Formats: sequence, C-alpha cells, structure tokens
Amino acid sequence: MSAQGVGASVLRKEDFRFVTGRGRYTDDINRPGQAHAFFLRSPHAHATINRIDHAAASKMPGVVAIFTGDDIAADKVGGLICGWMIHSKDGSPMKAGAHPALAQGKVRYVGDHVAVVIADTYAQAREAAEKIVVDYGVLPAVTDTADAARTGAPQVHDIAPNNTVYNWHIGDKGATDAAFASARHVAKIDLVNNRLVPNAMEPRAAVGEYDDASDGLVLYTTSQNPHVARLVLSAFIGLAPEHRFRVIAPDVGGGFGSKIFIYAEETVCVWAARKVRRPVKWTADRTEAFLSDAHGRDHVTHGELALDAAGKITAMRVRTTANLGAYLSTFSSCVPTYLYALLLSGQYNIPNIYAEVDAVYTNTAPVDAYRGAGRPEASFLVERLMEIAARETGKDPAEFRRANFITAFPHQTPVILAYDAGNFAASLDSALKLADYANIGKRKAASAAQGKLRGIGFSAYIEACGIAPSAAVGSLGAGVGLWESAEVRVNPIGTVEILTGSHSHGQGHETTFAQLVSGRLGIPFENVSIVHGDTDKVQMGMGTYGSRSGAVGMSAIVKALDKIEAKARKVAGHCLEASPDDIEFRDGKFTVKGTDKSIDFPSVALQAYIAHKFNGQDLEPGLKESAFWDPTNFTFPAGVHICEVEVDPATGVTTIEKWTAVDDFGNLVNPMIVEGQVHGGIAQGVGQALFEGAVYNTDGQLVTASFMDYQMPRADNLPFYDVGTTNTPCPSNPLGIKGCGEAGAIAAPPAVINALTDALGHEDIAMPASPLAVWRAARKTMAMKTAAE
Amino acid sequence: MYAFNYHKPATVADAAALASQHADGKLLAGGMTLLPTMKQRLAQPSDIIDMGKLNDLKGIEVKDGVVTIKAMTRHVTVATSAEVRKAIPALAELAGGIGDPAVRNRGTIGGSVANNDPAADYPAACLALGATIHTNKRAIAADDFFTGLFETALGEGEIITSISFPAPDKANYQKFRNPASRYAIVGVFVAKKGGDVRVAVTGAGDSGVFRQKDFEAALKANFAVAALDGKHQPEKGLNSDIHADAEYRAHLIGVMAKRAVAAAK
Repeated sequence: MSAQGVGASVLRKEDFRFVTGRGRYTDDINRPGQAHAFFLRSPHAHATINRIDHAAASKMPGVVAIFTGDDIAADKVGGLICGWMIHSKDGSPMKAGAHPALAQGKVRYVGDHVAVVIADTYAQAREAAEKIVVDYGVLPAVTDTADAARTGAPQVHDIAPNNTVYNWHIGDKGATDAAFASARHVAKIDLVNNRLVPNAMEPRAAVGEYDDASDGLVLYTTSQNPHVARLVLSAFIGLAPEHRFRVIAPDVGGGFGSKIFIYAEETVCVWAARKVRRPVKWTADRTEAFLSDAHGRDHVTHGELALDAAGKITAMRVRTTANLGAYLSTFSSCVPTYLYALLLSGQYNIPNIYAEVDAVYTNTAPVDAYRGAGRPEASFLVERLMEIAARETGKDPAEFRRANFITAFPHQTPVILAYDAGNFAASLDSALKLADYANIGKRKAASAAQGKLRGIGFSAYIEACGIAPSAAVGSLGAGVGLWESAEVRVNPIGTVEILTGSHSHGQGHETTFAQLVSGRLGIPFENVSIVHGDTDKVQMGMGTYGSRSGAVGMSAIVKALDKIEAKARKVAGHCLEASPDDIEFRDGKFTVKGTDKSIDFPSVALQAYIAHKFNGQDLEPGLKESAFWDPTNFTFPAGVHICEVEVDPATGVTTIEKWTAVDDFGNLVNPMIVEGQVHGGIAQGVGQALFEGAVYNTDGQLVTASFMDYQMPRADNLPFYDVGTTNTPCPSNPLGIKGCGEAGAIAAPPAVINALTDALGHEDIAMPASPLAVWRAARKTMAMKTAAE
Repeated sequence: MYAFNYHKPATVADAAALASQHADGKLLAGGMTLLPTMKQRLAQPSDIIDMGKLNDLKGIEVKDGVVTIKAMTRHVTVATSAEVRKAIPALAELAGGIGDPAVRNRGTIGGSVANNDPAADYPAACLALGATIHTNKRAIAADDFFTGLFETALGEGEIITSISFPAPDKANYQKFRNPASRYAIVGVFVAKKGGDVRVAVTGAGDSGVFRQKDFEAALKANFAVAALDGKHQPEKGLNSDIHADAEYRAHLIGVMAKRAVAAAK
C-alpha cells in the first residue's frame, strides 16, 4: 500500500473547497438573462382543478409567463415515469397513474404542482403566484397506509382500483406454510416502518437553458445521476434528443436517494426555458423540500418466524403494505419489492420464505428510495423478529443469531440472492467484545439503582449493494442496466483525468478514485483529477446510489486502467527496445525484466503522444482508454451493530449510552471516509428510530413540514461510536470492495429498538420512539413491575 | 417577505410615536420571532420600527437586591453577566438555555417578554420572580402583564424599557425541550423568597405562562421535593400536539417542578 493509494486514510481533496464556501452548487449558477420560477402548489391533498385564472397574476410586475397543466399538455410534454416494472401475482402490470409535470384536472397531494410563474426575480414570481385564483373541488383524502386499499376509500387514480399499484409476492408459499404448520415456535410482529423526509442539506434546484443557435437544452440540476436524468427527459418526457441536451450536476450537497429521481421542477424549468427563451432557475425552500422531495420507507408489516425444537429457523412469512404516495416516483416500485424482500433472509439460514407486498397510492408525497431503500425495512423486520424469537424462547440474542448464521458461501437464499462471501460470526465476536457484552448485567443494575432502565440491542444486518448485474435487474423489471463507465485520459505530461459515470454528492470520489489511480499508475495523488456530473464530458453513466460507486464505478476505472497499462507497456517496449512481455510495471516505472533499463510513466505518456518511437500506423498514438463494467453479482456488506440505551421513565428520554459497529465492507479504499459513512449512516438510522417521522393528518396536511416539528438527529443526540471492521473481500469485483454508504442507516434502527424493548421489558414501542412514546411505554413497564412485585 | 417601510428611531419617544402612528407596524428588537415569521410570509407589517439604535435600552444593573435588565439586552449578555450569575443564578442559566448561540446573540429580553410566546422561557422567570415590567409609560407587575397567548398588557405605543427582578433566596428553572424545535414543552421556574414561593409554568398552558398555585402552597409549607409528592397538575387547560399531549405535559410539570426544587440555589 502506498501512502496515498488504496487503503490509506487520505484527507479529502474536496473538503477545502466545501468548508471554505468555494463549492459550486446549482444555486450558485446564474446565467445571463436568467428568470426565476415559483411553483404554485396545491394546498389540498386531493381536489379537482375546476378553473385556474391567472389573468391578474400575469399582469404583476416582472412576470414573464405563467404556465399550467394545459400548456404542458398542449406541448405534448410527456409525464414523469417510473422506470421499474413490477407485475402483480396475477401477472398484470403495475397500475401507473399519469404523472404530469404540472397537474391536469386534479391534484393528489399537498405540494402537487398546479402552475409555474416565471418572472424576472424570485420575489416577483412568488408575489404573482398569490394572485392566481384556483377553483378547487376539494375531495376526501386517503393518507393512511393500512387504510388505503379499503373499499370505499377515496380513489387517487382511476386506473388503480382500491388504490392498489400492485399485489406482488415472492417465494414458495406452499413450502413456507407447511414449515409453519410444523413449527415448534412462531414469533410474530406487527410493525410500522415510519415515513421519513430525506432532508439533504442542499435543497433541490434547477437551471434550465435553451440555446437557439444549436436548438439545444442545458439543465443544471441537483442530481445523483445526470445521465439518467437526460435519458428520461429526452427519451420519455421528450424535451430534446440526447445529442442536443446537456445535463450538468455540479457540486451536490447530499442526496440520500432523494436526488436520484426526475422531478416535475427540473422538467418544467428546462421546458419553460425554451418557451420563454430565457434561462429559468428554481431553488426549493425548505418547506418545498419537506412537501415535494420523495419521502422514504412507510411500510405496515406483519411478519412471522417459524422455529424448530432446536431453535433453528425453518421459515419466514411476511405481509407488507407499502405506501408509494400520490404518484409513482422514478424507482419507487422496486423499493418495497426487489430491494426489500430479497433481503429477508438476513444473515440467516432460512430454508423457506414467502413475502407478499401490496403497494398503494395515497394523497401524500411520492415515496421512493431513501438511504438503504428497502433494505432498512427488511433489516428492521428481520432483526426485530430475531430479537423477539430469542426472547420468547429464552435464548441469548447473540447466540440465537449465531446458531442460525449462514456459514458456508456461496449461499443461495430462497429469495433470489446468492451471497458470495461473508463471515458473520467474526463480526459478532468482535462486536460482543467491543461492546463489553459480558458486563451488561452490571451496567443494567447500576442504571436500575438510579431509577433508570437500561437495555442492549443487536442488529446483525446484511444488505445488497452494487445493484446489478444489468441482465439480472432487467429480468426483474428494471428499465435500465446498472453497469458503470469510466474513461482514463492520460495527458502528455503524465497527469490523469478520470471521467466517471458515478456522481459524488458527499461520498468523496475526488479522493478515493484518485487514490486508486495514484496507486495503480505510481503517480502523485495530486496529479489525478476526477470529472463527473456532466453529460458533455462523460458520455454515459448510471450515477451514484445503492452504495455502488466503489463496487461498480471503481471497477470500471480498474478495467480502463488495465487497458491503459497494456497500451503504455507497448509504448514502453518501443522506448526500451524490448518486447512488452519482458517489461514489468511497478511503482510507476516500466522496467525490462532483469535489467536496469526503465522509463517512468509520465515519460511513457509523453512518448505515446509524440509518437516518435513507434510507427503510428501499427500502434495508435495517444493514451486514453474507456471501459464499461457490468458486475457479476450484487455485493453483500454485512455486520453487527450493538446499541445500549438508558431510559428515564420519569420523562421518557432515551439516551444512547454506547454504540458498537463492526462492519464487513470487504477491502477498504479509504478507512477514514468509510468510518465517516458509518457515522453518518448510524445518525440517520438513529434518527429513524428515535426522532424522525413524517406525519400527515387525515386531511392530508403534512403536520411535520418544518424542523420545528420534524426532528433531525443532532450531535448531542448521539454517542461516540466504537467502530471496527472485519474483512472478507468481495469476490465479485476486482477491488474486493462491497460498499459502505447505507450500512449504518440499515443497521441502526433495529439495534435501537431492540435495545429499547430490552430496557422496557416489552415490545410495545414504535418508531420514532419519541419521549412521549417512551414515557407511555415506560409507564406500562412500571405497571408490569408493580404487578410482578 | 412582503414589502414594508423601515424606520430606525434614535429615542424611545420617537419609537413610541412611530408605533402609535402605524397601527399595522411592528417594533423590531432582536427579530428572532418577527423576522422568520415575515420571511415565511405569515406576517405582513406595514412598518418596521427597528429599536437597534436605542442604546439607552441596553445594560444590566444590580442594586439593593434587584436585578434590572434593560429591554434591548441580548440573552447572551444576561447569561454571561457575573452580576446576574451572582444575584439570580437561575436567571442567567435560563438565558443561557434559550434557543442556540445565534438566537442568544440576537434575541433580547424585551422582545421575548413583549412577544409572550407560550413556549418562551423569560415569562416564567418574570412570573416566578415577581418581576416588574417597566415601559415608557408605567410599571406593570408580571402577574398583570401576561394576559394570554401572545397577549400582554402593553397598550398602543407602549414600549418595554426594562425589567426588574427582585433576587430570591433560591430559584431554579427546569426545561423539557420539544425534541424538534427545542422550545419548552414544559418549563418550570421555582423561586423562594422569604416565606413566599412562586412556581411558574411555561410551554404547557393553552393561555401561555401561568402560576401553579397548588404547588406553591405545598412548597410554602415545606420547601422540599417531598412536598410535591401527590400533587398533580390537572390536564385541563394544557396544550396537546404531536410531541406532547396534555397528560404528558401535566406529568412533566410535576417532574420538572421537583427537579427545580431539588436544584434550587
């Protein structure tokens, strides 16, 4: 390992820019002649639009244009799409309701887009929007996940009777039911996986621009995958063909999934820019972010686990209703199906699994992938059931898990996935030691002496990252392939530009990707730059989500670097007058084996471009290679998190006293960045468990539409973490890496709730376990204690 | 934000005159409530009368056992004042626990008291310490000042100039924060002075800050945590929201009152 190569905790290149205010985000981009957009949003969760009168608004100062759904329809702008087809049990395709960028005839959630006002300034646009008169016919709303499919519930889309998007299932029902019929013990749970608001630090923004000389469009946008945005806006929404459409995602301040999707606002900005022949800019305020960013989670689930007499799991049975909101967002349909049910085997040998998932429409913001996307929901269910099963059968929760661990790899689960590698017991052993599990009894007694309740909770999670191979996801309904691209451009003086289809919005690719190249080519880290987020520079790419940039994006770079090395070896052969086969490449130097004849990499680069030492007809001049990498399997990060909490029964306040995380991410590129990802993921997972919950009232108003009511985790809510890693290299990619971006958010919620239920002595607590909820639960605990005495 | 006329008077008299002239105008002190409200277009004052130049409304004086804090004094100044810390440590601690550092560096005691937000901290201190609110027109006892949600005894053109707090023998303020906003869900200020004990509750009442006279009577008889055993705050008249229902608030009032008694100094 070199000081700055793979495996080194190199400080992040991009941080100086970010922490000194030099980042260049979409809202920092201002184009000459730019106008501003303000979206008039529906104040009603469900209503017909009988009439929109914007005559007075159009006369307000500075107004350039006002557009409504009629204008979108007249221009034949396509609706927003959902790019993953799910089929119901009966073989019928999912019921995708039309999703126009500006509402046509009906609004379906508070925040839905009714009209856009374009004016010289944002203030003028907003002012004018207040003068638009909309005649709404208010309809009853449906917001409750469990209630949406009820007969007689308000219908969100005519195309979807009973608000049902699909009734999907996976697994062998007959074998699973049979295993339950002969089970010695069945553990059961009913749970709600609470709806979350992503809350990236940077709100969404877009600047659309039209160049009438080239009849081309440019869109600057807060995207995790600008190429996919261009593909959708071009091929499906039909704004312009791809070769005349440039999408740029500059610095992006966090996404957590919410910036994967193609939204109405960027569609309208770029469409309107051509209409008004001026650049059109929009930046969400925080309230708009709460109302209109795709939310996460929102499941209602019943789960059961069957055990035999020896305490081995024989089967799992799951029934989930997933709320997808008012419209199908870009990848929403795959989240509660393939990203969820495929993970139900957890780290355990479960011979039979059967899961049914009903997806429903409601009059709420669309729900789509959010950090972990389906896998946190699976992990929460599996790990809650494991904890309950251990408690009900009187087994130690750690040892009950160990007894059911998968120990031989590869392992074919009954839900499609084949785990390629892992060592679950190693993570458990390490975590038990770090958590000082042996002395938990003493710590519980010490808390009890203070009138407090202490508990410990386990979470042995597994996730599937990389999200590929393309043919495999295609067979499951994906509309795209999930490979990644890379181009390595070596300049004549030996510096390197890496063009990648991955996109960094906090992950630190400028650092980690440069580490890979620096180590491989033996050139200084500073001599490598990373180019991403611009469809005019990077030809095509699939972007960053699902912890895929390391496992997939870097693998593409490795493949391109292989080609660079092969070509450079030929050039070096000519320079050194030796056969390429007789040349070895090490530490940035090409050497004729067994001699001291050598040439360094920058010199080879120069020779490749001046092409004096070889015949340019036999060997092409230049040193530039590209590659597409399509993985052979998903990757399977896994680990054990242990949370220890103390509850004050007098107030319901839960304090996290100790957190142990031992993760197996395979090989690590930059351990410091990995640890940062773990920290952030745990914070978000703790947020889901204790603090965060999007609440709609029965009228469909978002009660938690600001930070006054929606509690984000803060530094003083969190402990210092004890973080460890184990390492079983991933066999499915050349670097042996698995991905770490979502692990904490997947692992944390069950660890917290298992700790809390251990402290409380009963299972009656839901997420978010707010002080109010915990106080009520603790009263039950105290009553149980009194009854026992 | 909607457009408004801006004034920055140099004297309290000028500020009062402007406030009287513009019925839909607003006095701007620290702006910690007014400005966010305006930014969200929830308030549309015709005129803003900025009190930032009224330098004679800044400062703290302790004399004859009375702490007098002028209206435009920032929370951070109260929190870090050695004199306040010595005379009424509970008051300095309360000021140091308002909002966050940014709020404490802008927000003022006069603004907080005049606004009478039902979740604000200072009103509890005013009631429990038996403060007097001085205006450009008169002196008002705290007991007569807070008249309802965001309502006070202040008349048109009346501006708070200072607030004086008689130092108690012992006092303490305990706040249970809303986990999201971190405003008080329940804040209880307990103060003992001679034979008198006052218990003021903020954050919980549907008419704003109030005195818990049942607790006061018990503590007058015996200023000890045990005196509150078996004393319950009724739920009636308490707020309910997604973070705390009335039952929880009532319970927390008892818990916070006991903790305040235990910590009083």
